[in-house]
Amino acid sequence: MTNQNTDPSTSSYYVTDAFYEGLMRDFDSWDDDALRIDEGPNHVRASAMLKREARYLDQGRYQDWLSLFAAECAYWIPGTWHRGDPRREIAFAFHDRRQLEDRVYRLETGFAWSQTPASRTSRMVSNIEVFSTRTPGIFMVRSNFHTTEFWNGEMRFWIGNAVHRLYTHQDGTMKILAKQVNLLNCDENIRNPSITL
Amino acid sequence: MMELDFDTLIHENKVHRSLYTDPAIFDRELTRVFGGTWVYLAHESQVPDRNSFFRTKLGLRPIIVVRDSKGTIRALYNRCTHRGATICRAKQGKARNFSCPYHGWSFNNSGALLGVPWNDGYAHDHKAEDRFNLAQVPRVAVYRGFIFGTLNPDAPSLEEHLGPVRKPIDDWLDRNPGGKVVLCEANRMRFKGNWKLAYDNSADGYHVVFSHRSLLMMENRFGDDDPKGMSFYKQRPDDGPVRVHYFGNGHHFKDKRPALPDRPGAVWEVEGKHPGMEGYEAEIRQRYGDKADGYLDLAAGIPMNINVFPNLLILGNHIQVLEPLSHDETATTWYGTAVVDEDGSLDGADRMINALRMRTQEQFPLFGEVDDLTNFEEIQAGLAAEEDPWVYMDRGLGLPDRFTVEDGVISGPATDEVFMREYMKHYKSLMKADPTLTISRGEA
Repeated sequence: MTNQNTDPSTSSYYVTDAFYEGLMRDFDSWDDDALRIDEGPNHVRASAMLKREARYLDQGRYQDWLSLFAAECAYWIPGTWHRGDPRREIAFAFHDRRQLEDRVYRLETGFAWSQTPASRTSRMVSNIEVFSTRTPGIFMVRSNFHTTEFWNGEMRFWIGNAVHRLYTHQDGTMKILAKQVNLLNCDENIRNPSITL
Repeated sequence: MMELDFDTLIHENKVHRSLYTDPAIFDRELTRVFGGTWVYLAHESQVPDRNSFFRTKLGLRPIIVVRDSKGTIRALYNRCTHRGATICRAKQGKARNFSCPYHGWSFNNSGALLGVPWNDGYAHDHKAEDRFNLAQVPRVAVYRGFIFGTLNPDAPSLEEHLGPVRKPIDDWLDRNPGGKVVLCEANRMRFKGNWKLAYDNSADGYHVVFSHRSLLMMENRFGDDDPKGMSFYKQRPDDGPVRVHYFGNGHHFKDKRPALPDRPGAVWEVEGKHPGMEGYEAEIRQRYGDKADGYLDLAAGIPMNINVFPNLLILGNHIQVLEPLSHDETATTWYGTAVVDEDGSLDGADRMINALRMRTQEQFPLFGEVDDLTNFEEIQAGLAAEEDPWVYMDRGLGLPDRFTVEDGVISGPATDEVFMREYMKHYKSLMKADPTLTISRGEA
């Protein structure tokens, strides 16, 4: 396997059974009050990171948005409120690194009719809470979001909570290892689900 | 209101905008189509055990599909026989009885009335007659896991109604171990447009390179020599081996399989790029050797679009269900399917196959269907133009040697609109008919 091309932008070797297992474990029972970090530099950095992410998406700066993710990452919008095992149930979206780049590439072709013209969005991110994990330098961050989308002459809303798994990069910034978006209406039929959450 | 004249509205080469925009036509469809003919209701895997139920609709009628305590599959009206409130408000689950939250009337899962609170306040005995049992769809039938119902006592048997579309359904199922699949959640969407816009599109090989241009560009973004995913099939659409078929009774089929070589691994080879592909493939190959190609094919979408009029669209590994909401709004639910290894023939590979198969199914709804739905909405918007009322479906019409007819099945090149013309003829005959619709109140 070592001489394979393992650049996660062009191939997907890292999304294995073990990766899914780890993801399920990481996103289960992380919100222990004993692990909460209410202040200090990690809280500040995590909050800043979430706000920056919202701004990049609002501004359509998708390449900058991609740069916030770790090379081997997951972007997961469960299609059920109980958030089942993504190996056994269809997700609203489950992207690896390459598919995140696919998503951005498609939006930038100019021929994605569902985003022509592109929606305008305004994202409110609040209720940010940061939790430490057993691994130093890795944090779970829960936030509520309210994204207003102006599309096709209408205002509409995407509402729920997001859970980010972040790690501290050697340059001191935080990067997204995995992002889980829990939409209130994840199991409802939704019109034109083509913006990036 | 003007009498609806379907001979004026539906021609060989074109149909009138009002088929998509007129609420009166929609109302008529709710009895002539959704009720007057067999309509897909649910899949057996959604009611796997005795006492399982799944909430759905027949047109706009609220329905609970149950496997009752004796094992019979029924389609009960989700409507209390007292004041009309729905009695089941969960999406699916298990229940022996349903009790109305409003006044407490209760029913067993075969639809029979069990009890009326304080019944001494009535001058009659509710159980002495059957009119207080839940209404139910009088004819419910299952074809290989697909549950259908009709209110029309004069409709042919389900098997006869499906006719030759059974062959591709059989093929689609039989490639899976045990000849079956189970549903495993869905990509759920809706659009502000008439349901027929989706049915018109379901075997349309003409729109692909235009409507899905961004998806095709995305699939080819690495500049590989071998096109993958949808782009594989776009080459020379009319000269190639891909065909559309019309089977009668509104059912049609786009078959892209002839574009593939007939050997294990061929379906997987042209699959687009999805999360986990390379890693899982390497592991499956290492573990299963010669069998790996066949297993990987199960993780890939089989290139078939089987459209069972009016609301069941089987494509790739999906079971897409159309749900009409109004004349200009439709829900479309893309259920994923998983393989099951009941007889152990997959030797434990089902876990890995399904892990890949979930990902191969998510891409098209997210990056392809959204663009189609936008185009459907924009058709609905365009059809506001009253003075320019015709919608054309005459591609191929009048060209010599373009079609074959064999055993009643009409076939043409990939981009032909013959399937639209033919299903519209069937639709016209349904809309002109005046069937007597019935319900039952269950067995005595």
